Formats: sequence, structure tokens, C-alpha cells
Amino acid sequence: MTNVLNLRQPGQTPDHGMDRNPGMEFTPELFNGLRINRSAVERRAATIAKRRSVKKDHQTAWLLKVITCMDLTTLAGDDTPGKVKRLCRKALQPVRKDILEGLGVADMDIHTGAVCVYHNLIETAVKELEGSGISVAAVSTGFPAGQISLPLKLSQVRASVEAGATEIDIVISRAKVLTGDWKGLYDEVKAYREACGDAHIKTILATGELATLTNVARASWVCMMAGADFIKTSTGKESVNATLPFSLVMVRAIREYHRLTGYKVGYKPAGGISKAKDAIAYLVLIKEELGNDWLNPQLFRFGASSLLGDVERQLEHRLTGSYSAQYRHPMG
Amino acid sequence: MSIKEIFTSMDYGKAPESTDLAEQWYAGRDNKLLHFIGGEWQQPASGGFFDTSNPARGEVLARVADGDKEDTNRAVAAAAAAAPGWAALSGHQRARYLYAIARRVQRHSRLFAVLESLDNGKPIRESRDIDIPLVARHFYYHAGWAQVMESELPGYEPLGVVGQIIPWNFPLLMASWKVAPALAMGNTVVLKPAEFTSSTAVLLAQICEEVGLPRGVFNLLLGDGKAGAALVDHADVKKIAFTGSTEVGRILRKATAGTGKKLTLELGGKSPFIVYEDADLDSAVEGLVDAIWFNQGQVCCAGSRLLVQESVAETLLEKIKARMAKLVIGDSLDKGVDIGAVVDPVQLQTITNMVRLGEEEGGRVWQPECDLPEDGCFYPPTLLTDVQPSSTLAQEEIFGPVLVSMTFRTPSEAVALANNSRYGLAASIWTENINLALDVAPKLKAGSVWINCTNVFDAAAGFGGYRESGFGREGGKEGLYEYTRAAWEAGLHDQPLYPLVDQPGTDSDSDTVASIDRTAKLYIGGKQVRPDGGYSLVAHDALGSAVAEYPRGARKDIRDAVEAARKAEGWTKTTAHNRAQVLYFIAENLAARSEEFVRRIMQLSGKREADATVELELCISRIFTYAAMADKYDSAVHATPFRNVTLAMKEALGVIGIVAPEEAGFLGLISTVMPAIAMGNRVVVVPSQQYALLATDFYQVLDTSDLPDGTVNIVTGIQQELTIELAKHYDIEGLWYWGSAEGSKLVETEAAATMKRTWVNYGRYHDWEDSLQGEGEVFLRKATEIKNIWIPYGE
Repeated sequence: MTNVLNLRQPGQTPDHGMDRNPGMEFTPELFNGLRINRSAVERRAATIAKRRSVKKDHQTAWLLKVITCMDLTTLAGDDTPGKVKRLCRKALQPVRKDILEGLGVADMDIHTGAVCVYHNLIETAVKELEGSGISVAAVSTGFPAGQISLPLKLSQVRASVEAGATEIDIVISRAKVLTGDWKGLYDEVKAYREACGDAHIKTILATGELATLTNVARASWVCMMAGADFIKTSTGKESVNATLPFSLVMVRAIREYHRLTGYKVGYKPAGGISKAKDAIAYLVLIKEELGNDWLNPQLFRFGASSLLGDVERQLEHRLTGSYSAQYRHPMG
Repeated sequence: MSIKEIFTSMDYGKAPESTDLAEQWYAGRDNKLLHFIGGEWQQPASGGFFDTSNPARGEVLARVADGDKEDTNRAVAAAAAAAPGWAALSGHQRARYLYAIARRVQRHSRLFAVLESLDNGKPIRESRDIDIPLVARHFYYHAGWAQVMESELPGYEPLGVVGQIIPWNFPLLMASWKVAPALAMGNTVVLKPAEFTSSTAVLLAQICEEVGLPRGVFNLLLGDGKAGAALVDHADVKKIAFTGSTEVGRILRKATAGTGKKLTLELGGKSPFIVYEDADLDSAVEGLVDAIWFNQGQVCCAGSRLLVQESVAETLLEKIKARMAKLVIGDSLDKGVDIGAVVDPVQLQTITNMVRLGEEEGGRVWQPECDLPEDGCFYPPTLLTDVQPSSTLAQEEIFGPVLVSMTFRTPSEAVALANNSRYGLAASIWTENINLALDVAPKLKAGSVWINCTNVFDAAAGFGGYRESGFGREGGKEGLYEYTRAAWEAGLHDQPLYPLVDQPGTDSDSDTVASIDRTAKLYIGGKQVRPDGGYSLVAHDALGSAVAEYPRGARKDIRDAVEAARKAEGWTKTTAHNRAQVLYFIAENLAARSEEFVRRIMQLSGKREADATVELELCISRIFTYAAMADKYDSAVHATPFRNVTLAMKEALGVIGIVAPEEAGFLGLISTVMPAIAMGNRVVVVPSQQYALLATDFYQVLDTSDLPDGTVNIVTGIQQELTIELAKHYDIEGLWYWGSAEGSKLVETEAAATMKRTWVNYGRYHDWEDSLQGEGEVFLRKATEIKNIWIPYGE
């Protein structure tokens, strides 16, 4: 059995810092031998957050980090420019000023990492966020199911980039994973990457539809080989979205890819993360498995719509000592 | 550090668990921990106390009663007085008490956890998330066994007063493992915790008091080794359960030898952690964290010996080092700590010395750069590579956060290396190949085998060792037999039941004359061989006349017989169906020669023909019984509370020495040898001297019954001489002895060196014709040991 890890000499790969992952040749032997043990992964996932505790000022700082790593998202059929404008203002001012002042962090320029919308709303978002440093991300390639033709997918990507999105969240063809067409998946993602140009590409695996953790690991490898800047769990529309076990498998793939190539690929769990406590657990997981280098918006994002509300309440609680209420925080 | 700085550094910071309530609890007891005897808190008879302290901070927590013999006598007397009443309660009544204890443990779980971490030094996460929930689980689970004892264990009764001596590494968990089944089965208890860690046992006693447990049912005896020794020696104690070092276990085996006290020993280990090349390596690394960096490595079943396939060794070691660098060492009461303090400065020094020795012997020591607290007993996580099986550290238990690693080439070499140890407590196997995993698990000499997991425990699964890791199981149904005895044992006889009553008839028997010329031999490895010493003994008939000669086997014949038995592995590996077929064939061939055997029985025993025929028929029937049971004494799957199959696999012990009952003729030989081989053991039997010729006649039956060579080896001779050789032999897993009280004591004493499983009669004699005393489930249970194999599943 070939093990992926034997193809390199330990400790000899130079680190490429924050350079974009250029991808590599399709090399199936890097992932063919991978086997993920679900029970063991679940056991690690169940204990990882219990092994670490983040309290008081540390909790405050970590929650602020959560906000800066957030792709504040709206992906609904009834999204309108008005709704997206509101969301963008929230991304710019995610926490009430008086809370930030009270915590002594008003000068930290806390804002979310990006706003994530459908193609039609890119323009609105770009306009609202101009000069803010907040990226506009667009979902693409027949999101969420991806059941349209490749040329259509590619034209979607190009159109979104043209409309001003600097991050493109593509969905992979789950069918290619389920039928073992890894080369087909590689070619597809590579084509998306080319179509993205300078825009960063996040590849959504839709982990909840890939059947096994081993498939999740292999799909992660194929996407990274094809030049993904981020690998992302879910569209938020699958019945199972981001989980710690999926995340563990994906970040371990990222770690190995980095050791092998020296390139750091980012990670984005999306869907179902709505509590501040859960978000902290994800940061712990990233810190333990990947290290501090990944704890910034360049390499880590939450895809979330309701998480911010809970983080706000927790921050107010940090300030006042009283548990907060939702109505005290402005809507996004 | 400011929030902005933390935002940049993303440090965890401190997360101390409050100790206020624990301190109040100590203060409420005047910082004095007392005995709990007969339902009362008692001062030590000597008036003496010693300090117990927190190993992470070095602070004295409380003063502990220094128990001695007098305290022990009081505790045992209280337990003895309470025993009849407790045993007379219905199972349901006992269940309600155990249930109440479980509930209270849960309600006070945080106080228990904090006390445990304060006293022992283990991380609060472990006491909170692992130890204490398991404690509650043990009481719940055994409350259930109390409830259904009558229907689920018919014919079993409590032992009486049970003495339990537990270690400092899992103070409350070990207490619950021992106390819960003992109480459930209707015994009363004297518990002696380790002197370093008495606090949670005192809180447990307090809970027993609060739930109104009848006085004297649970007694807590505090103190050090002298209290423990007094407990072991006390005549009214019917059973000793001990968890601790192999060295002390051996002392206890000798101290209790011949007394008839039941004994379970859960001792040391050097458990292998085997990683095959197709394993999920990242998960295996986490497994190692649970294996050796759990409780500072102070775990009897710690996976302390890493065996990794050469093809992935370099990769795995690199991953292990990266993971080790992430481990946080610090105050046990910090919620973000992975490794707390080792229990005391002596242990710290031992670990330090062992690692130095490992380095001197050529091992390469690696430790991550990590912050160790300046004070307190802390030792960093440590990896030794280039360790060979010949290194001391590959053989000896370190009981610290120190992993030694070795490589292997093939699956079978991994098994050989894994079993190359005096210990046999646990093992962990990492592979994604179910064929490999289920091939290897049964081959490992270990009471618990964890596949793709490690250090998982539950009340529903038995735990315990092989070899010098001890004997007996705790948990599961198998654990209940350690706290009960078959009711028929009470009916055993003080004198042998089969004196030679009938004188033989006056008829001259031509066959008897003919048999004088037959040369009886030893039967070793399927061959008839002369004894090494070249001496013979004379066999007499019931009248005392010499009828033949038979070999006087000796030391070297035992050696040869054990070697032959060791080689006959095929018998253990073959299917139960095949074993049954062979046993039926033996019965068939015996029946075909019944006339000859009946005559021989008559000749040697003086029985009348009708009685001799009855004996032979009973022998044939008994062989049928064990042929029948060969494929029906099934293994079980335990219902442990997570997604896995916990297979409680009944395994043959291996090679069993049997000293057949001298008085019980052919029936005694058949009744003891047949259950052993039915379960897949190979046997070296020392037959009755008086009936030696029946054994030597019998090998001709065996020879014609397709029994593989070496499965049954017969060494005739002077039983006492041969018994000693069997007891001392290192390559025998079990020894059964039916004879005198002195002989029983000798067997148990000599067996201490090897920790072989012994089954002796303490000079109490079976009625071999009786269907309870002469055959049945107990024989099968003694012929097997249960290995729990944990197989998590899910793709």
C-alpha cells in the first residue's frame, strides 16, 4: 500500500509563506492509499474542544477573531439589494460601537472577512463595501447542486469575477466523487481556477453528500492539487453541513498538503455553525491541527449567517456580566 | 496580556477550575480523613495520621488516618457482622442502594472530579470527563446485576467479606470497579485506598452513609501497606481484590496461598500499540495521546510500547513529535491541560532514572520544547526511538509519560514483538483492514484488545490481564464470578469420597495376569516414551498386589511434555466443531473397549463389575457432555455504550497442567482432562498414582481417536514431585490441582512467580459422580479466559 506521506522527505519542503497555492500535477498516488477511520476521527472531534478552555479576555479576543474570519452570508431566493445592503453594513460594523469601546477594542477595526452572496447581488455588495477591505464572495457553478453543464459553470465564474467578486465559492460535482472520477474532478476544478484568474477560489465539497470521510479526504486532495485557495465543507443546503469530524479530515489534508508542497490552503467550514461556543471549538481545532498560521481570514473563514448574532451577545456578556438578548443587537 | 495582544497571539490563557467547594469539604472534615467502619467515622486506633498533598502544587490537603492491624480487625469485624444481613436482602433491595449511590455520584460529580485532580494530580478534564462518569456507570451497571442476580446467576452465592486494595492512579474509578460488583453480588466490603489518594474514597463513604447503606456493608480502611497487609492476612476475609504492581501482586499470591481466599490481581503492563502501514495515521497519533499521555502515563494498560511497520515509521514518528509539541503540561486544575503532575517525587525520580537508562542503552530520547511548571512533580512527554526488544525500557513498565518505539516488517512479526513480554494486559491495533485486525486480535496475549481505539473502558466489559499482568476480570458478567462462588462448593467434602471399600472377588483373572507384561509408558507428543530417569513405580490392585509397573516421570519428562503441549497449537486453533468430533471419537473408541476398561477399573478400585460399568458409562457420558459443549460455550458481545462491537471472546488458556484427583479413578481423569481440551487447551496431566494404569491404557484410546499429537500428554509418577515442577514451569498458563490442602498451598505459592492461573481444591474433595461437582460450566470457565476485543465501526 502506498502511503501518501512516503512520497516526501520529512522536513525538507520550503514554506511558501502566503503565496497562492498554484496546484500541482494530478497525482492520484497521493490520495489513493488514504483511509480515514470514522470512529477515531469522531472521538478526536468529540474531545478536541474539551481539552482546551478559552475564558475571560481570551474569550473576548477569540470571539473577535471569529468575526474577522466570517463570511457573512445570505443565500436565499428572496435576497434583494436592500437585504444585501443591510448585510454589508453589518459586515462593516458587526458589533455595537459601545460594546467595542467598552471592551477597549474600538480601534481594532473589527469587520467580517467577507460578504457572501449569489451572483445577482455582487454589484450591490461591491458598491456597499468599496474601500472597506471586506471581500465580496459569490457562490457559483450552479450552486448549490452543481447540476449544470461545465461551460455554463465556467461562464458563471467569469461573470462573477467580472462583476467584482474577488472570491468565488464553487461547488464540485459530487457525482465525480461518488463514481471515483478523480481526474475528471481535478480537470473541472483546475478549469474553475483558471476562470477565476486573480479571484480566490473556494471549493465546496458538499461533504454531507460524499458518503464517507475517506471520500472527503480524497476530494480535499484533488481540489488542492487543482489549485484551490480554500477548501470548504458545505453549501449550507445539504442535510448535514459543517461538522468537526469533516473539518478534522479536511484540515489534516491541508496540513499534509502543506508539508508536501509548502503551500498553505485555507479552510472554510460552512453551514450549521450558529453558536459562539461552536465557533471557538473550530478555532481550537484549527490551532491544534494546523497551528496559529491559519488563524486569520487569509486562511480561515466561517460561512455563517446567524453566528454573528450569538457572538455579539457573548461579547456584550463579556462586557456587562449579564446575558444579552437578541433585540439589543442590530440586524444584518 | 491585552485583548489586542491575545487577538494576535491567539493563546489559550489559563482556565482554572475552582477548588473552593473542595476546600470547604476538607475544612468540613477538619482536614482529617477518618476510617469509615460499621457506619461510623472512626479515629485510627494508633492515633496516628499522615499528610496527603497535591502533587501539582505541593500543598498539604489533609491528614489521613494511619490504619493498622487493630483498625483492620475492626473493619473486618464490622463487615463480617453485616454480611449475613446484606446477603439476605433481595437483589432488588441491594439494587436500590447501588442505584442511589450512582445517582449521588452524578449529583456530586464536580466535587469528586476536583478532589480527584487535587489529590492525584491528574488533569481535571480526565477526572471530569472520564473517571467520574465511569464511576457512576459502574454503580448503575452493577445495580442492574444486583437486581437480576437470582435469575441470571442461578446457583451462585456471595463470598462474605471482601478485602479490596486499590492504587493511586485512578482512585475512585478503581474503587467503583471493585466495590460495585462486590456489593451487587451480596458481599460486604473493606476498601483500602492508596495512602497518597484517599480523598474521593472518603467522599464515597460519605455517600454510602447518606444513602443509608446498612452499617458495615461498606467499610473504608485508610492507611498504607501495613493496613493492606493486615487485611490480606485476616482470616475472615474471603477474597482479596488487588490492583497495583506485579511485585506486590506476587506477595499477595504467596500470602494468600492455600488459604482458600479468592484472589484477583490486576497488575502492571507494557502494552503494545501496533500501527500497520494501512492505518489512518493521524488517528493513530491521537490514539497514542490517549494511550500514553493519558493520566501522565500512569495507567496500567498504557500503550507504552509503539510497534510501527517500517514502511510508515518515519512518517508516523514525525507526526507523533508534531503532536507531542502541542501537549500542554501544567496544573491539574487547569481545564486546558493535557498532562498534569505525576503522583509524587519518588515516581518522578523513577521516571527520570528509567529514561536515563533508556538513553544509556542506546535509545534516542526526544522531548518537545514545552513549558513545565517550576514547582510540582512534572515530567515532559517523552519519546524514545531506536529501542530494541532487548532494551530494559522495552520490557519494564515505566508508569510515566514515556513512549518507546520499535519497528516491525510483517503482521506476524508485530504479533511476535507484541507478545514478547512478561505482561499481557492490553493491546491496541491500528489498521483499516478488518481481515488483519481480526486475525491479529486473537493472537495477542492481552485481556483487552482495542482496534483503532485505545484505553476505552466500560462497566459492561471485563478488564484484566494475562501472564504477569494478573488474573481475574473486572466488569461485565465475567467480573461477577470473581465475587461469587458456586453454591455446590459449600458441599465439597473434607475427606476423599472414594476410599477403596469393596474387596475384589477371589476369581483369578487371566487378563490381569496378561497385563503384567504390558509396558506402560509416558505419553508425550503423541508418542509412548520411557521416562527420562529410567525408573518405574509399581501399580497395585485393590488388594495391594503388584499388577504392573508404570513410569516414574520426573522433571525432564514434565519439560518434554510441556514442550510437546506448547507445540500442539493446532488444537487451540482448530474449530470447535473439529474438537467436538475428536471428543466424540474418543468416547466411541472408549466404548468399544469398555470391557477392558471395566476390568481395569475393577482391578484397581475393587469395584464390582456393575459399579465399574457405571463409572465407565459416566466417563463416556462426560466426554459426550464436553464434546457437546465444545461448540456451545459461546462468546458474548457486550452492550457497551458507544458505536462498537465489544467482543467478549472466550479463549483457551493455552497449556494447562492437571494433577488429577488421586482418589477418583478413571472418572477423575476424564472429568478434569476433557473440559480442558474441549475448550482448546493442551494438557499435561499427572494422573492418579493408584489409577495410573488407567491413564496409560487410555493413551491407546487417544492414539486412535485423531487427537493431534501433544494435545494430551500423560506423565505418571509421584504426584507431589511432578506438581512442583508444573507449578514452577514458566510455560504453562494454568494449573489445576485436586489433592491435599498442603498441595494446594504449594501450587498457589509456586505459581506466584509466573502468575499462572491456578485452580486448587484446598483439600476439599469433589464428588465426581455428582453432576454439579463433577462437571459443568465452572470447568469450562476455568478452562478459558475472556478477552474483550473492542471494534468500533462506521464508514
